[in-house]
Amino acid sequence: MEIFLQQLVNGLVVGSVYALVALGYTMVYGILGLINFAHGDLVMVGAMVALQTMLFLMGAAPGMSPLTMLTLSLAVAIPVCMMLGYTMERLAYRRLRNAPRLAPLITAIGMSFLLQTIAMILWGRNYHTFPQLVSTAPLQPVAGVFVTPIQVTIVVGSALIMAALIVLVTKTRLGRAMRATAENHRVAALMGVDTNLIIALTFVIGAALAAVAGVMYASNYGIAHYGMGFMPGLKAFTAAVLGGIGNLGGAMLGGIVLGLVESFGAGYIEHMTFGLLNSSYQDIFAFIILGLVLIFRPTGLLGERVSDRA
Amino acid sequence: MITLLEARHIDKRFGGLKALSDVSLTIGKGEIYGLIGPNGAGKTTLFNVLSGAYAPDGGEFVFNGAALPSAKPHLVVAQGIARTFQNIRLFRELTALENVMAGHHIRTKASVFGILVQNKRTREEERLTTERAYELLKYVGIERFATVTAKSLSYGDQRRLEIARALATEPRLLALDEPAAGMNATETAQLKLLIEQIRRDGITVLLIEHDVKLVMGLCDRVAVLDFGCKIAEGIPSVVQTDEAVINAYLGGGCRYEH
Repeated sequence: MEIFLQQLVNGLVVGSVYALVALGYTMVYGILGLINFAHGDLVMVGAMVALQTMLFLMGAAPGMSPLTMLTLSLAVAIPVCMMLGYTMERLAYRRLRNAPRLAPLITAIGMSFLLQTIAMILWGRNYHTFPQLVSTAPLQPVAGVFVTPIQVTIVVGSALIMAALIVLVTKTRLGRAMRATAENHRVAALMGVDTNLIIALTFVIGAALAAVAGVMYASNYGIAHYGMGFMPGLKAFTAAVLGGIGNLGGAMLGGIVLGLVESFGAGYIEHMTFGLLNSSYQDIFAFIILGLVLIFRPTGLLGERVSDRA
Repeated sequence: MITLLEARHIDKRFGGLKALSDVSLTIGKGEIYGLIGPNGAGKTTLFNVLSGAYAPDGGEFVFNGAALPSAKPHLVVAQGIARTFQNIRLFRELTALENVMAGHHIRTKASVFGILVQNKRTREEERLTTERAYELLKYVGIERFATVTAKSLSYGDQRRLEIARALATEPRLLALDEPAAGMNATETAQLKLLIEQIRRDGITVLLIEHDVKLVMGLCDRVAVLDFGCKIAEGIPSVVQTDEAVINAYLGGGCRYEH
């Protein structure tokens, strides 16, 4: 039972991060029908820029409180990722908006390599220690379950951000324009919506979420690396497909479910395989799920809209 | 007559097909102006060029004394031209109210920052937009379906919603592309009243329509297109007896001569 609850907590934490990243995939897919494979690398850029800012602040203002430092590093990492998201859309994807769907997809993969390579040149190929400014020391165990402050921060922070995003999309002028553009960008333009701006903003919002997710991810594991965006990116993509790509609620649900499956999988895989596989094989669960979803429910858990897009 | 919209020598080609050749027309302020012609004559193409969906290959539109931006749909809307579609193109997953509010987008200016912090101006603007959208739904007679998704409205109500959404952009010229298509006699009669009301409220109407009775009873002037050329223009009763027009509807080629 304790193992169960502990894995539940771990799953929620990882799942929250997947959900944040999955939202970026799903928003861009919803509005353009494009799978932006470079989105995962924005997670890495967010973490790396935050790391660089922290290292700078530690040198420049050694007495700074961890909370201020974290806030400042987010305040740098988020705008950098937003600008990068905008640049990607403006320079690469906008030109391909009316091209066959394979062209932007391949461009996205190229963009992913480009970002990784630039990061490798800037920060080298080594793993960097990421300062864990929010404590990772467990709090007083409740019912035998250990929870750390960083885990609480990640879950609560993601939940707040996701709630804000839902309000933004469903209740505001901008969200309405996004939904109108997602449904038919030609008609939205003919009805007075500046669709280029709305599409750019969608990329920018997704990039901001990725930056936050990157800092959360790196803070949780204490490591940052130029290739660190690949795996969470791929899994967040899986989460978006699992939830029903193009559907915001689906991305959130898919992220959480995937996090839980992975966490329970890692916890019980040794028992299930009689010791043949251990928890380092946890990544296979995400891809087993991706396979199963694509075979049995290609529209995902909450997805209906995909069918009328295809 | 004060000119509101002037089409000057509009050309549009699709590959080898001349969809519009040298089409010029002038629409006066407060008119209901009909655009008729056989299927494939170029009526909808003219709408698409006017609304900025396509760039013309030649010519320009002058609206209210200024040239319209070409191929920039949202800027055309900002200038005060709104349209509906022959085959209904609502935002199907949005509610009727949200459809109309989306149409009002261009007339509101809440910034991303304002939206994020939800300042007083943004909230006030949103409140006014909602209020205005309800009024427009009432205006076209479908306010009871405000919270229903557009796709679940009846066909006639979807057509009305398209008009409400177009009106939400606060146009000076409303371009209706076959608004009566698929409507029964009662619905068409109601539509006629609605269009007359819109004109009384100071909006000029450009109307593509196949229902000859509706066009004749409603329009001040009509232009007839055939194979992308304007072959006649004038008051409906005269145009109706024009030999070129009769030939166009019965078949025959382009009679336009320079």
